Amino acid sequence: MKLTLNIWRQKGPNDAGRIVKYEMPNVDEHMSFLEMLDVLNEDLIHKGEEPVTFEHDCREGICGCCGFMINGLPHGPQRGTTVCQLHMRQFHDGEELWLEPFRAKAFPVLKDLMVDRSAFDRIIAAGGYVSVNTGCAVDGNAIPIEKQSAEMAMDAAACIGCGACVASCPNASASLFTSAKIAHLGLLPQGQAERDRRAVRMVAQLMEEGFGYCTNTGECEALCPKGVKLENIARMNRDYLKAAILYREENASAGGA
Amino acid sequence: MAINLDAKIPSGPIEQKWNKAKFDYKLVNPANKRKYSVIVVGTGLAGGAAAATLGELGYNVKAFCFQDSPRRAHSIAAQGGINAAKNYQNDGDSVFRLFYDTVKGGDFRAREANVYRLAEISVSIIDQCVAQGVPFAREYGGVLANRSFGGAQVSRTFYARGQTGQQLLLGCYQALERQIDAGRVKMYARHEMLDVIVIDGRARGIVTRNLVTGAIDVHIADAVALATGGYGNVFYLSTNAKGSNATAIWRAYKKGAAFANPCFTQIHPTCIPVSGEYQSKLTLMSESLRNDGRIWVPKKQGDTRASGQIPEDERDYYLERMYPSFGNLSPRDIASRAAKRVCDEGRGVGPGGLGVYLDFSDAIGRLGKKTIEERYGNLFEIYERITGEDPYSVPMRIYPAVHYTMGGLWVDYNLESTVPGLFVLGEANFSDHGANRLGASALMQGLADGYFVAPYTIGNYLASIKPGGVDEDHPECRLAKEEAEARIQTLLGIKGKKTVDEFHRALGKIMWDKCGMARNAAGLEEALPQIQALREEFWQNVTVPGSGAEVNQSLEKATRLADFLELGELMVRDARVREESCGGHFREEYQTEEGEALRDDEKFCHGAVWEYQGSEQAPVRHMEPLIFEHVHLTQRSYK
Ligand SMILES: Cc1cc2nc3c(=O)[nH]c(=O)nc-3n(C[C@H](O)[C@H](O)[C@H](O)COP(=O)(O)OP(=O)(O)OC[C@H]3O[C@@H](n4cnc5c(N)ncnc54)[C@H](O)[C@@H]3O)c2cc1C
Ligand code: SF4
Ligand code: FES
Repeated sequence: MKLTLNIWRQKGPNDAGRIVKYEMPNVDEHMSFLEMLDVLNEDLIHKGEEPVTFEHDCREGICGCCGFMINGLPHGPQRGTTVCQLHMRQFHDGEELWLEPFRAKAFPVLKDLMVDRSAFDRIIAAGGYVSVNTGCAVDGNAIPIEKQSAEMAMDAAACIGCGACVASCPNASASLFTSAKIAHLGLLPQGQAERDRRAVRMVAQLMEEGFGYCTNTGECEALCPKGVKLENIARMNRDYLKAAILYREENASAGGA
Repeated sequence: MAINLDAKIPSGPIEQKWNKAKFDYKLVNPANKRKYSVIVVGTGLAGGAAAATLGELGYNVKAFCFQDSPRRAHSIAAQGGINAAKNYQNDGDSVFRLFYDTVKGGDFRAREANVYRLAEISVSIIDQCVAQGVPFAREYGGVLANRSFGGAQVSRTFYARGQTGQQLLLGCYQALERQIDAGRVKMYARHEMLDVIVIDGRARGIVTRNLVTGAIDVHIADAVALATGGYGNVFYLSTNAKGSNATAIWRAYKKGAAFANPCFTQIHPTCIPVSGEYQSKLTLMSESLRNDGRIWVPKKQGDTRASGQIPEDERDYYLERMYPSFGNLSPRDIASRAAKRVCDEGRGVGPGGLGVYLDFSDAIGRLGKKTIEERYGNLFEIYERITGEDPYSVPMRIYPAVHYTMGGLWVDYNLESTVPGLFVLGEANFSDHGANRLGASALMQGLADGYFVAPYTIGNYLASIKPGGVDEDHPECRLAKEEAEARIQTLLGIKGKKTVDEFHRALGKIMWDKCGMARNAAGLEEALPQIQALREEFWQNVTVPGSGAEVNQSLEKATRLADFLELGELMVRDARVREESCGGHFREEYQTEEGEALRDDEKFCHGAVWEYQGSEQAPVRHMEPLIFEHVHLTQRSYK
């Protein structure tokens, strides 16, 4: 099939970007979307031009590296599918596509379709863990976990940190991402001890990174490639409200260093 | 230069070696730990676990990865599960049985003491991961669930749906982020290690390129740990992530770290077949599918009927026929070669005849679609997305693909390479899997090395040295930095006619045809000059657009391929000299009458350890003899 691509080209973080048009005369329907871009890039290199930069690694929909907008949708038109898993049979001959990076203040563009998502790491660092040092664990079966809780925790833990939820949100909120971790750990007995601290600290970091407020538009759930559910945001809000009343950051001077 | 291949295996009975070693290791005084710095390259299961644990212990850690976040290391892609000798199923499992299965599965080419330790530690790994909140699959009663994997007759594999690697890595990443927040680990994401710095015979640092700004920097430490994963991408097409590379271990090899068993490559039997020229990677379908899927091809050659049109008695369930006791769960090397054999006989299915069926219709009939969906739903979805076919109604088509490299940098019992102070963890080392790795054992090894072995052994090393003493201005540092810069300028300056990927595909084809699933002397002898010629052409005729001072993905690929072009040659040399068949290394000249691998324990019961001799001379092959005291050398049989 034949396709026309309009791709956002931006040399570096401080350069202005613009859309450039490319014709793709010969696209095989069995190719993945990224393989189609590989073909374009090989062509550009042969012509002495710079290839289009986009992030990718596993190409199996699990590492969360890939992701950009196709016709205004993060990861493109197929539900529950990252762009690396999207195949060209989802498009038809003669279609014109617009490829742009994820747009959010907290995700500055680095080059072409590549953005900086390091804010996500800092949100996890603020409290997205169970504080258990290596070597001090009890036997795995000493903590029985209801199958249903384990399954629900797994549903939330399936988040790949791609950032599509942010890109799909009119407010560029990272609530779905943050709540997925809060819910994953909050649904398990191991996560209880730090539940309040986690909610307070992660939400504070979320704000500090410059993501927008959640106004429950629900776009994130609809466009998350891993089906992470909106109910997690409700869990996060509940945990946060409760913790905001009950939780106090330790007074550092009290015990001395 | 004489290299020291003393494996430093502790004395005493095998069950007590690890405890004895831990007791004998020297300790660093807690107050002094922060004076010592450790560089960890790689944040997969091995590196992430090591960096987090070293941070918890109080060392000063710098961690590096080339992706934008430590959470994206290739370990994330592991699907099926992780082994542990918990015997929760009460089916006769034990540390000894896991040890035995791993040594036998590896076709008797691994060191017994290391494998025993791995089996012993496996138990603590599960506990640690559960404590971190890894959502392993559970039974209704709330206890942990297990499944079976190839090469084992007990059910000892723990899993989190088809995303076990993801969940284990996230556990490890979260532990790492906690240390980053605590200021004990400094994380350098989007940094590619380009060289190791060796000063006065000890590893003292690395050279990196910042993949955003292009800056080349030197980082100094008291010890360096490489946990940079496997080198399967030397074949271009593999199940590895696109960025997986050999640069870190290859550069270390050229600085004096010996490379062991480079030719031991694992070909995974169940991957989605190639669909066209543009193919950029191969997708694995987890081995766990073989629990319920039955593998078959038509009995007749060139049978082009649709799968549903082929009656039961005209199907050859060849694994069940050839290996009745393990059947569809035969080890990977055996299942892969069997698939190749039936396809070579002209009985393969799908485009080009390079595929076999993996059929779930019996299981769906027996257990219902819902159960199958619960077990493998996400894998079925992946399959459908890629092929456009629905595996609930037509059988999957699968074919073997390069998956894992058992070879890697040589390490002793302490995971230290032949360069003092340079430790190697996870898939990057050669230690535990011999000539073939059993399914669900790589995750186990990565976490064993990272959480439970390296933190002790690196501590022992640090306790024997004084911290500090060199800085970034040391002549060796400046030299290593200048060399890295010069290499990049050379690559950018060639401005030839072929892209990096074109060279990479060409290398992959040579490797797959001549050093892949089956190898022979004639092919290997042809491959050597072909790789050398390709390498020469690469340095004359590659084109790398853009500059070094910005994000430049072509340049990243070029520096990685330059190293693969050298490593490929070493793999071919190793495969040529090893005149036997064992595990994943199948030399056509050495097989039994039934076509099984024929080992030669007289001549080859050793690890082949290669030492670099400079670019002008061929490397030297040393041997580490292997002694089997607990698992008797026998021909592997899965019949
Ligand atoms: C598709 C797939 C499925 C698998 N399924 C299973 C399974 O079910 N069970 C199982 O046991 N095993 C499985 N494996 C194997 C297993 O996943 C790997 O062997 C294991 O995860 C490797 O872990 P690692 O920590 O050694 O390296 P990796 O996870 O590969 O991590 C390498 C790290 O090193 C970094 N790095 C590499 N080079 C450089 C450089 N030059 N500079 C800086 N950083 C660098 C990377 O950024 C990354 O952080 C699977 C493998 C694949 C490909
Ligand atoms: S919640 Fe969904 S969209 Fe958001 S980062 Fe996670 S996987 Fe991506
Ligand atoms: S490249 Fe890993 S999720 Fe798409």
